Amino acid sequence: MVVGLINANPVVYEKKERRVRDPPVVVDEYAEEAIDQQEIFDILCCYLFDSGNLFTLNRKDIKDPEHPYSLEELKVVSEDSIGVDHERVRVLFAPTVEHCSMATIIGLCIRVKLMRSLPSRFKVDIFVAPGTHETEASINKQLNDKERVAAALENPNLVEIVEECLSPTFQTWT
Amino acid sequence: MELLDSNVDLREVQKLEGHADRVWGLAWNPAPHNCGGASAMLASCSGDKTVRIWQMGPNRQWECSTILEDTHTRTVRSCAWSPCGKFLATASFDSTTAIWKYVGGDFECVATLEGHENEVKSVSWSSSGMFLATCSRDKTVWIWEVQPGDEYDCVAVLQGHSQDVKMAQWHPLVDVLVSVSYDNSIKVWSEDGDSDDWHCVQTLNEGSSGHTSTVWSVSFNSRGDRMVTSSDDLTLKIWDTSSAISQKDTESFAPWRHLCTLSGYHGRTIFSAHWSSEGVIASGAGDDALCLFVEEKDDAVDEPSYRLLLKKEKAHEMDINTVRWNPKDWRHLASASDDGTIKIWELREIS
Repeated sequence: MVVGLINANPVVYEKKERRVRDPPVVVDEYAEEAIDQQEIFDILCCYLFDSGNLFTLNRKDIKDPEHPYSLEELKVVSEDSIGVDHERVRVLFAPTVEHCSMATIIGLCIRVKLMRSLPSRFKVDIFVAPGTHETEASINKQLNDKERVAAALENPNLVEIVEECLSPTFQTWT
Repeated sequence: MELLDSNVDLREVQKLEGHADRVWGLAWNPAPHNCGGASAMLASCSGDKTVRIWQMGPNRQWECSTILEDTHTRTVRSCAWSPCGKFLATASFDSTTAIWKYVGGDFECVATLEGHENEVKSVSWSSSGMFLATCSRDKTVWIWEVQPGDEYDCVAVLQGHSQDVKMAQWHPLVDVLVSVSYDNSIKVWSEDGDSDDWHCVQTLNEGSSGHTSTVWSVSFNSRGDRMVTSSDDLTLKIWDTSSAISQKDTESFAPWRHLCTLSGYHGRTIFSAHWSSEGVIASGAGDDALCLFVEEKDDAVDEPSYRLLLKKEKAHEMDINTVRWNPKDWRHLASASDDGTIKIWELREIS
């Protein structure tokens, strides 16, 4: 069976010019430092998805080093789609196509990345941006059910996919 | 109880540490004297795949007396004691339920119940101790009959929920089972008098003033004529039967109806609610807070209503997953959290 691309011709946007920022530091769990929108965005995008791994996942069998798009370039996540209110973080992400079968995985990767990067007191909600996916209600419910997320993260196959997506994100800032 | 008119506080008695991951479930032993001691006994289960048994030590401090490990290979989501206090059932994401028996001063795994296709979410013993119910992400509820010699026979596979079943709980007096689900509904199951078949006798959903998102828990009052459910829709709902259920009533089913909705008290998913023998409802939620509610005694109002007695903000560092009143000591409440700890609270009056 030939598996076609989910989105063969994605619209690629320019990366936003970013304020100069110090290289990421290890977040001190005990310091009550304020964490803002840009910091969350940086956690998710800059040194996370820049390798385009998450997108190449869409075409697992077709290695395409020509198109190492990041979530930012595909406008899956933008700084404006992140809301931070005290210790509550809300991330909206927009799958590139309305039937994107990877939407749950993308959301799970975002959740795991934030889980590992933010102090444990933070409450994180992850939603598909309104109108961007045909099954957004069911994806949202699943991504925010911590019991199902916990069960998913005990599934070795799923963990392997998530780790693969996230591995470049834990590398040194370049 | 005369707490209704007085100021009360929940005092933290002790924080129990030891689990290496989030604590999901708690269960007080209803008959600890059958289990090697007269003092209270609490079981807790965790994402660290273990179950811990806590008992009061000689210095009046809670201590972990036993760790049940190397049996479940994934998260232990729920635990429940048999009414006689000698057996502990543990439900796991590994899709099995284990039965532990207190023998010779120790807990021994005497049976493993297999059959669910994936994660088992909760386990409950019937009041008679004859039946055990388990429910799973596979959308089913299973009823197991306890046989002599630590044998457990599956006597029914209940299908009706369209999604993940979060909790199944037996009625405190009769063999009626209530299950709650990710499909937002509450289902009541009962046995046919003649055929021994189990059926869904009532479904409470949005159309019957029910919940609009995942229902996480259900708990009955001691008389068994009311139940409280908690949900991802940030509300607690109180349900009432038209008449008190007694042992003789099993033939005639009295349907449940919506009595009232408690909203505006929790800011995130309410994972657990538990009704104490003295009528105080405790709730624990994803906002790290504990709330206590009592019935409003107001003759001017026809319908009974419930009011907030107390809210404890930041009761834990992270989400609260389960709250349980000690059945032997109505002032004591235990709570379990994602922060890996269990806290014992004492409800006391402040003058």
